[in-house]
Amino acid sequence: MIVADRKSLQEILAMVEDNKKILIAGCKGCVTVCNVGGLKEVEILASSMKIARKKQGNDIEIDIDVLERQCDIEYVAGISEKVGDYDAVISLACGVGPQFLSEMYKDQTFYPGVNTTFFGGATQHGIWEERCAGCGTCGIHNFGGLCPIARCAKSLMNGPCGGSSGGICEVNKETECIWDSIVRKKMDAGRLEDLIGVKGIKNWRTARDGGPRRSIREELVQGNI
Amino acid sequence: MRLSYPADVKIIQVPCTGRVDILHLLNAIEDGADGVYVAGCLEGECHYLEGNLKARRKVEYVKRTLTELGIEPERVEMYNLSSAQGARFAEIANEMVEQIRGLGPTPVKSNTAA
Repeated sequence: MIVADRKSLQEILAMVEDNKKILIAGCKGCVTVCNVGGLKEVEILASSMKIARKKQGNDIEIDIDVLERQCDIEYVAGISEKVGDYDAVISLACGVGPQFLSEMYKDQTFYPGVNTTFFGGATQHGIWEERCAGCGTCGIHNFGGLCPIARCAKSLMNGPCGGSSGGICEVNKETECIWDSIVRKKMDAGRLEDLIGVKGIKNWRTARDGGPRRSIREELVQGNI
Repeated sequence: MRLSYPADVKIIQVPCTGRVDILHLLNAIEDGADGVYVAGCLEGECHYLEGNLKARRKVEYVKRTLTELGIEPERVEMYNLSSAQGARFAEIANEMVEQIRGLGPTPVKSNTAA
């Protein structure tokens, strides 16, 4: 899923300090799963903001809505009748949400209420870790199922750097050296030779280096199948 | 046991403090309560195993939110006592009321209220 962290209350409050009536729009997709932009988080943010504004003696009217997904135009269209009723809208979806909203409703101002961080998963309740960098050319199978693009601080393709110590990355003591794990996994499986072969140079044009990406599936573009 | 406790305390009963939600606490503050406390069973004695422990985590969350908003976190508290401790219940009510009196009225006031 796409993982995000909520912005601080102070940052969000500053965004709408001049507004009197706003909408907070959550999303039932990834941000609901990572507990940052679902119904509960939307309600908590709305209540917290109302408390802050009442304390300032500057009440704010806040409506809430949670869209099925903010990354599909048919669901974004669902708020068309009311979106104009507000001074501004705070989106608690990933970075895609405020953009889809801004593209559809050009006269409204949309603020991101979260910082979108990475593609990852929950390793335990409340802890999410990055697992994919979306490089566009997946080769996880070449590395024992562990991705060095996303999980090595330097995205090294050919083994650990000199900063690997005791299985820990030099960049952050909380981060495992994924190359240490890859090599150990291959050794345990008796297949260390899998890592010896020379791999071709990775084509980074499929990653962000090639500019914004687009995925087209002709059969779907032509209609439902 | 005819113990009295301050009339300032309004009791809202729940089957277990595990039912108490962050939103219940926030909404109370939002609606102008000077303080709100959760009185749960003794830790380790929860009939539903960990309802009171969850309630404590929620209280801590609300305390952090209030701190971020510049509001005294002591306006929200968690207490643990058993249903057999009537005297302790009255004592806690007095304790909390005194604590809130010390802090003064809530700074969360609507400017549109009549």
